[in-house]
Amino acid sequence: MHTIVRPAFAVLLAFTLLAGVVYPLAITGIAQLAFPNESAGSPLARDGKIVGSSLIGQAFTSDRYFHGRPSAAGSTGYDASASSGSNLGPLSAKLIDRVKTDAEIVRRDGEASIPGDAVTASGSGLDPHISPAYAAVQMARVAKARGVPENRIQAIVAANTEQPDLGVLGVPRVNVLLLNLAIDEALGGNPG
Amino acid sequence: MTFQGWLEIALVLSAVLAAAWPLGNYMARVFAGDQTLLSPVLAPVERAIYAAAGIRRDREQTWVGYTLAMLALNAAGFLLLYAMMRVQGGLPLNPQGFSGLTPDLAYNTAVSFVSNTNWQSYGGETTMSHLTQMTGLAVQNFLSAATGIALAIAVTRAFARSGAREIGNFWVDVTRATLYVLLPLSILLAIAFVATGMPQTLAPNFEAATLEGAKQTIAVGPVASQEAIKQLGTNGGGFFNANAAHPFENPSAWSNVLSIWSMLLISTAMTFTFGRMVGDRRQGFALLAVMWLLLIAGTAIVYASEMAGNPLLAAAGVDPSQGNMEGKEIRFGQALTALYVAATTGLSCGAVNAMHDSLTPLGGLVPLFMIQLGEILPGGVGSGLYGMIVMAVLAVFVAGLMVGRTPEYLGKKIEAREMKFAVLAILILPLFILGFTAVAATLPAALSSLANAGPHGLTEILYAYSSAAGNNGSAFAGLNANTPWFNTTLGLAMMFGRFAYVVPVMAMAGAIAAKTKAGASSGTFPTHGSLFIGLLVGVILILGGLQYFPALALGPVVEHVLMLAGKTL
Repeated sequence: MHTIVRPAFAVLLAFTLLAGVVYPLAITGIAQLAFPNESAGSPLARDGKIVGSSLIGQAFTSDRYFHGRPSAAGSTGYDASASSGSNLGPLSAKLIDRVKTDAEIVRRDGEASIPGDAVTASGSGLDPHISPAYAAVQMARVAKARGVPENRIQAIVAANTEQPDLGVLGVPRVNVLLLNLAIDEALGGNPG
Repeated sequence: MTFQGWLEIALVLSAVLAAAWPLGNYMARVFAGDQTLLSPVLAPVERAIYAAAGIRRDREQTWVGYTLAMLALNAAGFLLLYAMMRVQGGLPLNPQGFSGLTPDLAYNTAVSFVSNTNWQSYGGETTMSHLTQMTGLAVQNFLSAATGIALAIAVTRAFARSGAREIGNFWVDVTRATLYVLLPLSILLAIAFVATGMPQTLAPNFEAATLEGAKQTIAVGPVASQEAIKQLGTNGGGFFNANAAHPFENPSAWSNVLSIWSMLLISTAMTFTFGRMVGDRRQGFALLAVMWLLLIAGTAIVYASEMAGNPLLAAAGVDPSQGNMEGKEIRFGQALTALYVAATTGLSCGAVNAMHDSLTPLGGLVPLFMIQLGEILPGGVGSGLYGMIVMAVLAVFVAGLMVGRTPEYLGKKIEAREMKFAVLAILILPLFILGFTAVAATLPAALSSLANAGPHGLTEILYAYSSAAGNNGSAFAGLNANTPWFNTTLGLAMMFGRFAYVVPVMAMAGAIAAKTKAGASSGTFPTHGSLFIGLLVGVILILGGLQYFPALALGPVVEHVLMLAGKTL
């Protein structure tokens, strides 16, 4: 037995040290030197205060802001310490009821056709993006609440629409937090 | 489905092939014990490990010695990980102050990571300290992957050698797999991942005041270093509950491409290593062709089914042009989400970038069936190759029966003893998958864990046991698996699915190694041409279909019919 017990524990401990301590610490060191912002979780600051992470969606309910997708993370949505999808199956009555409720809210913005992402919960519950179609649905509402012509909002949305990488990878998308920050900056501040 | 979508899929798969070819050749050198590019740096480390462990690298083992050594390393890994999780509350690097795990959850999780399954009954960011993630879970990500690679190399040697008793030294194979293959690739990939936006920090969660004045607590950690080995080692255990759907585990279209590329890389490369080691590269190409044919077919079905979307939502006035978006992230797009779904289950990875529970019925059938086909498309690192070799042995046996000749594979006669071991291995998975599913479907304690009713609920249970026994680890995550019943039975399914499968495979390898290698004769059925590829695809599909079709018919197939009829559950 000795001939397999000693190598088993020795190999285990050697790699606990190499792969479990040296490797992650070395990567942490390199990452913090080369990519200080990314390695910390891409925090976003405004006026010296952290307002979120550019990669993580957050809840918006005000008419003055663009809204993200429905979220199942945490009990109230967009809980960035408890990521989760809804895990509802396609025939689930709960899913269909939730979609109908959310569709009514989107229809208040005056569009007959509801983009798919506007009423579906993302896998993480923290999806930072919406589709350009869902952004377009919300432009009139935000313009009205801000008291500016819709084409000003439209221009800011266009400037914040990301295209597929290399023209082929992924789909066009709008980062909701970055868009709302850009609108605050262009149209003057956060009224609180 | 769009042209752009298929172009994305083609680009990713081409990138996998381009990198797998040199990697496959490199691994053949590594496991032949040759000098490699990295030897000047790594050879001293390797020698130090052998000295400390009392390993004599020139002393090879029989299949029994090799298997016992493998079991010993995995048992030691299980014990250390179990203990670490139980007492995590008293250990350092625990900025959120998480307490120790319950015995059933610690048992389930330890088996899960040791067996390369990475089934997660827990939510990462709400359960595990940084120390547990880094020095517990991630270490088993390395060692379980290295174990798989070592076993596949041993089985390959059995076919390459003639009249041999020994099939290699497990300690040397597992050390070289970790040191020369997994660690260097992980370092490169982890840094690339950070560049795409993945966090890598030991800091605690940070607080943000949102634009609307609410407080948002954002969980971070050493994500990139863990994500790299999680993908490369086809482990799949996420840092966060939402796994690779979480923006920190998969921040962009680029990180998504890298994730798919890295999980397919080693399993693909192993087929090239196999071809080179048995002295006929075409043999490796044939196995790869079978793996990728079924992988691409699976991707196409998921892609088409998800783009067709959910008619119940369309009936509620939702524009169907985006396809089914429930449980999916915007940034990946439907095409590379479909490829991810098929790849993560065709491999035994189990990382998810979309919630499989919310896929359309047929879109969800594919990952379930890919797992049930035995995790060989192309399968986990190492485990995919030896699993496919078992199927190839079965296929030549079937061909031998048809023409009435003694079957041969790679110059080795396949006789009663080898066939018994191969069939024994193949029967392990359905025993645990169907047996446990049948019991759970009648137990109130199990049924109370379901998130969905009707056929979808049955699919949640069937998926859980398939995933566990197949060592995949992905889930129809609506199922609340963190109960004593599921933690215990899924733990058993994972353990037997890995180790009770591999022991007969190694016994088969031992028997094969001892045979003398005969040259091909005019009566030899060639195992590198399209006829063999077709036969092997047929054997895999027929075998899988016969075993699982009744259960699938009651789950996703019924659900699809109900969906077309406009019924809700």
